[in-house]
Amino acid sequence: MTSPAIAISDNTSSDPRQRAPLITCAPDCALITETVCRVVEREKTPLAWYAAFAVSSSFTVVMFLAIGYLFLRGVGVWGNNIPVAWAWDIVNFVFWVGIGHAGTLISAILFLFRQNWRTSINRFAEAMTIFAVMCAGIFPAVHIGRVWVVYWLAPYPNQMQMWPNFRSPLLWDVFAVSTYATVSLLFWYLGMIPDLATLRDRAASRWRKLAYGLFALGWRGSARQWHRYERAYLLLAALATPLVLSVHSVVSFDFAVSQVPGWHTTIFPPYFVAGAIFSGFAMVVTLMVPARAFFGLKELVTIRHLDNMNKVILATSCIVGYAYATEFFIAWYSGSQYELFAFLNRARGPYYWAYWTMVVCNVVVPQVLWLKKCRTTPWIMVIVAILVNVGMWFERFVIIVTSLSRDFLPSSWGHYAPTRIDVAMLLGSFGLFFTLFLLFCRYLPMVAMAEVKAAVSHHPGSDHRH
Amino acid sequence: MADNVPQLDSSAGALKVAAAIGRFASAGALKAAAEAVRDEGYRHWDAHSPYPIHGIERSMGIRPTVLPWLVFGAGLTGAAVAILLQWWTNAVDYPFLISGKPLFSLPANIPVAFELVILFSALAAFAGALLLSRLPQFHHPVFASEEFRRATCDGFFISIEASDPEFDEVKTTGLLEALGAESVELCRLPAAAPRLPRAFYTAAALAVCLALLPPLGVAWYRAAPKRQPRIHPLHDMAFQPKYKAQAASDLFADGRAMRPPVAGTVARGELDEDPRRATGKDEAGNYVTSIPLAPGAAIDKAMILRGKDRFRIYCAPCHGLAGGMPEGAAGEDAEKWQGMVSIRAARRAAGGEGTWTPPRVLTSAYVQDQPDGKLFETISRGVVNQEVRTMPGYAVQIPREDRWAIVLYLRALGRSQNASAGEVPPPVREASVSEEP
Ligand code: HEC
Repeated sequence: MTSPAIAISDNTSSDPRQRAPLITCAPDCALITETVCRVVEREKTPLAWYAAFAVSSSFTVVMFLAIGYLFLRGVGVWGNNIPVAWAWDIVNFVFWVGIGHAGTLISAILFLFRQNWRTSINRFAEAMTIFAVMCAGIFPAVHIGRVWVVYWLAPYPNQMQMWPNFRSPLLWDVFAVSTYATVSLLFWYLGMIPDLATLRDRAASRWRKLAYGLFALGWRGSARQWHRYERAYLLLAALATPLVLSVHSVVSFDFAVSQVPGWHTTIFPPYFVAGAIFSGFAMVVTLMVPARAFFGLKELVTIRHLDNMNKVILATSCIVGYAYATEFFIAWYSGSQYELFAFLNRARGPYYWAYWTMVVCNVVVPQVLWLKKCRTTPWIMVIVAILVNVGMWFERFVIIVTSLSRDFLPSSWGHYAPTRIDVAMLLGSFGLFFTLFLLFCRYLPMVAMAEVKAAVSHHPGSDHRH
Repeated sequence: MADNVPQLDSSAGALKVAAAIGRFASAGALKAAAEAVRDEGYRHWDAHSPYPIHGIERSMGIRPTVLPWLVFGAGLTGAAVAILLQWWTNAVDYPFLISGKPLFSLPANIPVAFELVILFSALAAFAGALLLSRLPQFHHPVFASEEFRRATCDGFFISIEASDPEFDEVKTTGLLEALGAESVELCRLPAAAPRLPRAFYTAAALAVCLALLPPLGVAWYRAAPKRQPRIHPLHDMAFQPKYKAQAASDLFADGRAMRPPVAGTVARGELDEDPRRATGKDEAGNYVTSIPLAPGAAIDKAMILRGKDRFRIYCAPCHGLAGGMPEGAAGEDAEKWQGMVSIRAARRAAGGEGTWTPPRVLTSAYVQDQPDGKLFETISRGVVNQEVRTMPGYAVQIPREDRWAIVLYLRALGRSQNASAGEVPPPVREASVSEEP
């Protein structure tokens, strides 16, 4: 059967008779290598990169100054106080951990589902995951007060003869997040070894050869190596899939296992995971659209990739919206006056603006993605994705601050307002994130070349082989 | 070609053929060639491609890797470690009851167990994949070839190493050519493995030694005895703007930061209907002459024995087990009658170290003639003699009832030391007489 040829520059067709091409350039190994490597091998760093780096690294400096000040003065420099003992520190933590979910999801879950389109974006998303988890890890580490004894979180034999309490979700969180960070890093690095070898073999200068060669570990792309490598990759994907679902579930236990009205709900684990995927994909889109244009990767990261990601955003937006509605229903149905109050207070209390920002950004705005036009127009999707991330930040703010500021006992109610240090740390964490990201774009292969090559050579163009 | 040969050490000498490589046009050609090479009986050989080629394992005869089993084992280990860790730390070594939760319960332990299963398995998968593939391995014959660089871009290669028993320069290159290789090349390496210059090792050893200095310095500083307080980099909450117990303060006339309770304050549980039992004095302020008993209590043997027991703990170290050397024992070794503290203090005072007021002999008329209330007060508040505290007060250590019991025992001691022969019960008298030499 011959099918009508589609224009190679538009691979967004959903004609089921025709397999849309994965990439819009020729499925040629040398071309793919060249496209990805030339970004890294460019002789002169573009001025725009320097400009972006200057901005982001100065924000990073602000972050570390703020942290230094925090160490000197104590957590009192933040706006947190009883009853709102958790505030922006934990909001930012949950926000960043959530962002960090897309990477592993794309690399692991889509890998298990044999979604070959993931190959163009997985490296990028995994890098984003790791940087987001780094940003996330900072907040709980510095919020403990005496930072220099942070190692007390770990179970190690000590002269105090004490052990951490393993029945506390906060300790589960330590294990979940550190396991997640480790496994994501391994997954990312393992996936990158063949590409680092490519960069090593193309290296023109001695230093490049040494640096990439060191991290490529002597990879020769031999069949015996590939055999074990693919096995390991599959196993890591199979391990990372339940892991990624567990991490945000465990993060949600921090809240759900407590008694606070608005926190003590069984819907939290799935609702948090959906929200995490939602925000993570939004962040990937936010970064991917400018990066693919700027670094000339439009043929590898095609509009169809963005289209697919926007569909995931739309789906998770609906799940999140459904979860918001369910929370209200259960609050009413529970017959518990505290639960009911907690939710009415979210919508109508002193933080109503945060609540409605969240609803508009997370539930209303993404509905435009039902239109194909919006899913395939870069500037529209970037705006939607940025708003989604704003909304997801506010979601965590709403959950944490509204519940704590007004719980069971009206006499202990309070109001929370952030300080300048809080703001500096949030902005600074974005600075750190973008700094790491810019370094990644400049020095590491942004697209998993070997995987794209494998994907296109097993399914070249629109050729049906099954 | 010569310029890609590693030239770390120019004295390595002649080059030796280490492998033959052939480049093929496509993945399909590579697979077909691999089958042929396998059938020729080569063992030290490999196929190289920029991406994994499906099914090439079978063409080459590579046996499935044991990696999955390693990962499975690591996962089980992770589960066991997690469960044992949580059980031992929280239920055995440091049982700590929180909100009535059981010390060991699987549901609470599942999250950490799950995470450790994943962590252990992932580490095993990663390390296993590398180590089973003998990575990292920075030195390999194929790296001598300039063209081999294409293996990570778009080239498909077969490499046969010279260590293979079947290897023969002519035959092997001939085979690769016959299989349709687009180009065939012999990779040559220096006969001796390249060695790093000796200066590198010297520098490395030096660096390690220098790196050890700071930790050694810290360890030494921590261990060595110091006159001054040690550096205290992290204050934690050790230094706070507040007064600690017994600190001085300019604010109050007596210069003390601790404030005494307002006169007439009664501490919780010390309000007593009979103030004589608390102070040893009656309403008029005179010492009581008999022991004021609590309602229902009686002077009995149990009370004397209690007093004896407390006396031996609190008083005997200074006053001696019998309350001091009675006058009748003059001429005997005085130390025999004294408590350990007295003996030592007296010896040191004799040697010019410190001062020591010898304790009063409790069986003496001086003490025994005092009213019971006065003895009770001495025990409670101690003795201050010419502005020097010669005996500490025991109100804090010894509960009130016990202090009265000690008073009773002091009386018993007094009787025993000052008894006339007629007062001693006949059996005891006979026994003690017969014992005396
Ligand atoms: C740390 C050693 C020490 C201990 C322990 C001690 N005393 Fe004394 N005690 C002394 C000394 C020294 C004196 C003589 C004080 C002086 O003359 O200044 C003394 C004197 C006395 C006196 C005579 C007080 C007076 O009126 O001059 C009595 C009664 C007495 N002790 C009873 C006791 C009893 C009962 C205990 C046990 C609860 C006890 N002591 C424990 C050292 C001690």
